[in-house]
Amino acid sequence: MRKCSIQNLDAVFSKIAEEAKLYIPQDSEKGTDYKEWTDGAVLSNSLNTNRSPKDFFFPQTENLMEFKTSGKEIEIIDNRDEMEDFVVFGVRACDVKSFEILDRVFLVEPYDSYYANRREHGVIISMACTRPVETCFCQTFGIDAANPEGDIVCHKTENDVFFNAVTEKGNALMERLKGVTEDADSSEVDAQIEKTHEIMKKLPLANLTADKFGADKTNEFFDAPQWKELSQSCLGCGTCTFVCPTCQCYDIKDYNTGHGVIRFRCWDSCMYSDFTKMAHGNSRNSQLERFRQRFMHKLVYYPTNNDGLFSCVGCGRCLAKCPISMNIVKVMKTLGGKDNE
Amino acid sequence: MNNREETLIPKLGVITDVRIDTPDVKTFRVVTPDGKKAFEHKPGQCAMLSIPGVGEAMFSITSSPTNTEFMEFSIKKCGCVTEWLHQAEVGQQITIRGPYGNPFPVDDAFKGQDLLFIAGGIGLAPLRSVINYCRHYRDNYGKIDIVYGSRSKDDLVDYDEIINEWVKDDGIDVHLTIDNEQEGWDGHVGFVPNYVKELGFDTNKTVIICGPPIMIKFTLQGLIEMGYDKTQVYTTMELRMKCGIGKCGRCNIGSKYVCKDGPVFRCDELEELPDEY
Amino acid sequence: MQKVTCDTLVAKACELLENGTVDRVLGWKNGEFVYDVTPALFTTVDDIKSEFVFNDFCGANFSKYLIEETRKTESKVLVFLKPCDTYSFNQLLTEHRFDREKVYAVGIPCEGMADITKVKAAAGDGITAIKAEGENLVISTLYDDDKAVACADVLAERCVVCKSKKHVAYDELLGEDGDVIDSNRFDEVEKLEAMTEDERFAFWQNELSRCIRCNACRDVCPACTCEKCVFDNPESSVVNKAISDSFEEKMFHIIRAFHVAGRCTDCGECSRVCPQNIPLHLLNRKFIKDINSFYGEYQAGAEAGSRAPLVDYTTEDIEPTDAVLKGASDNA
Repeated sequence: MRKCSIQNLDAVFSKIAEEAKLYIPQDSEKGTDYKEWTDGAVLSNSLNTNRSPKDFFFPQTENLMEFKTSGKEIEIIDNRDEMEDFVVFGVRACDVKSFEILDRVFLVEPYDSYYANRREHGVIISMACTRPVETCFCQTFGIDAANPEGDIVCHKTENDVFFNAVTEKGNALMERLKGVTEDADSSEVDAQIEKTHEIMKKLPLANLTADKFGADKTNEFFDAPQWKELSQSCLGCGTCTFVCPTCQCYDIKDYNTGHGVIRFRCWDSCMYSDFTKMAHGNSRNSQLERFRQRFMHKLVYYPTNNDGLFSCVGCGRCLAKCPISMNIVKVMKTLGGKDNE
Repeated sequence: MNNREETLIPKLGVITDVRIDTPDVKTFRVVTPDGKKAFEHKPGQCAMLSIPGVGEAMFSITSSPTNTEFMEFSIKKCGCVTEWLHQAEVGQQITIRGPYGNPFPVDDAFKGQDLLFIAGGIGLAPLRSVINYCRHYRDNYGKIDIVYGSRSKDDLVDYDEIINEWVKDDGIDVHLTIDNEQEGWDGHVGFVPNYVKELGFDTNKTVIICGPPIMIKFTLQGLIEMGYDKTQVYTTMELRMKCGIGKCGRCNIGSKYVCKDGPVFRCDELEELPDEY
Repeated sequence: MQKVTCDTLVAKACELLENGTVDRVLGWKNGEFVYDVTPALFTTVDDIKSEFVFNDFCGANFSKYLIEETRKTESKVLVFLKPCDTYSFNQLLTEHRFDREKVYAVGIPCEGMADITKVKAAAGDGITAIKAEGENLVISTLYDDDKAVACADVLAERCVVCKSKKHVAYDELLGEDGDVIDSNRFDEVEKLEAMTEDERFAFWQNELSRCIRCNACRDVCPACTCEKCVFDNPESSVVNKAISDSFEEKMFHIIRAFHVAGRCTDCGECSRVCPQNIPLHLLNRKFIKDINSFYGEYQAGAEAGSRAPLVDYTTEDIEPTDAVLKGASDNA
């Protein structure tokens, strides 16, 4: 384990940025977001970013290919480039877990080379939480906020930041940071983790469990009468989907630039009325069906296909952002019954 | 990076023949620009065709895998991609990627079985691949019955092939029907589900069914009444798809993705899915 | 702190449900943490007594829900409307979007709603409880001692510049009615007008580039009531999804602002729901300010059935070319 003082963190950032683009969470009056580090940038102390770091691997829109047409002929232009290395610093435990959930979609055969390219070139430096908030429920999904995964795992104490390289990528980067960090023992970190664990127990959602849900529970919940009441004021917008670190549905569209056609993909939402619309009908006509699809996917369908792993990491973004404050916690409590708390 | 294959990036295809099947169905023959088949497939699998600037759509491959020269797609005009294709002329390039989805189990569960194909309208398109495959490997299968119906004689897809080839084969019985009486038609008149009941097949057959949802529903009911079990019946589904590889989420029903876990399902498997198709 | 209490609303809802005036109630339902209330439809007295809530976080405007609600049955639905909600209510009536006979509207006074982001900034993260005491909110958190914050200091932006405490539509009023307020809500617009063109472009570029196209602003907007939005119509030339660095992306907000011009009541729901904190209301407010200066003062929704200047031709109307010039000089 290595450490550096908080005052010297800039030297670490500067060292990382010498060879790779570095993104750190930064505050503005609009909240916290990952932004590229430049000299003088200040690391945010807040817990969550507005948008999740899934953007680094699965951006809101990305160009897949281009076409040029002339007469009856078409030229297909594969404009994929080798990605440059980049480093994302300060990723929380919940968001790090979301990468595993996305990997299980994009990196299974036939794998998605656009996503894979970014994953291969991205280094994740996570940051353990010390001040979880009321909307946090990562514990529900077995995630330890005080002990994140990542290529390098960081812990911030009052005066220092501790670095623990976990993966090969992490070790390689840590090697470069030798000059700006010093050896450290883990006692201070261990004490910090214990302290955070004590706080975790006091969180309002500390006892929320997902035990009632999981693989092969489709029949148990699909026709539950509660979906009606849960979905009745849903606006059908895509806020929950787009701030969610694990939602990965997408659309593929063509854009005519006037000089050719760009085929791009962009985030899509199963909450949208046109998501399943076909030329001759729609398999999910009501908002109830669309709402149910999103939560069933996270709590039942995804686990069925992924060894029981839930497609929610308890980051709490949807709790904070839904225009009508409807969210997965309310769904779980309503469908799971009172003893689900 | 560029040498890594990306399934979302299609190949070029050229339309080398356009056959008018019915007033709203055309069959397109497609090869690569150097005149070869774009890829190998199995009966029941699909391919994603696109025209840049118009869009991409999934179609079942209607030619048999045993055809070594080209692929065919029978396409009904019903959306922007299909409308564009219907205007396309021979020589037009398109893009093609695939094959996608699970095929019919022609080389295992179907082997040695008597097969009963039931199709309605454009529903014959995905079955044509299977029928011609079974005709090619005739010894692998028992008796073959084909029940095919559509609104009128003019709406029967592949009519020439049915009349000139299928009906002449030994061990194949073709039963055609149209919804209403029509001049020049001396065959059966009536809906497919009723016709199947009238024909009263032995219940030892393996059934492959494709057509409008309402036809499938009533035919399946009829088959059950006749004594069939759902495990004997296979069908192929159609849902909106974008990626074709089980990632974009569009064709997700329950824990299944139609594009990769289907489009071919056995009816008892379908029953386990939530009713959203 | 709200002057009308939750108990008063609960009693009124139960009374109207029990005497058969209505058979369902649109209200706010309590959530996990005081501030995350959800619009809900109540059909029983028991549910209302146990789950109905009214506090400083009941910002949601119910007017738009009435469109779907009044299509369901022939019976009446009870809706609680804050003063600003009544403007949206009237505007929807003007556009014949719901059947007035199927609604029983109860006006409730509003002291302004709190913005949870401001509350968190004032009291710290990890909120465990919020209690209204007099003019203050007393906030308990996981990390600090309880803190009293003046309600006035954590008011939502739209409430700071509240345009009216007067209810412009109701069947029954709880408490006393207020007055239209001579608010300074156009100050922010004037700041934008005072910018140079480049500065203003940079301002909107920065704001709109954060948009994630979730459509929440459109979906919550009481003026966006098209049966099928042009952005959801694949046949239209504008699409809902676009390459994010293309100008197409900005078009969504610009087109939407034009579509609701003259009909937007300035309820502020668009900015409230934006997950990216984009001040979308400023686009609409600029249109309102321009309409006022071109055609004379007009408040959409102030009067049901009123004809908005943009859909009402008079010979005194400003010439379009003059309007362009005047708009440009305002922006100078």
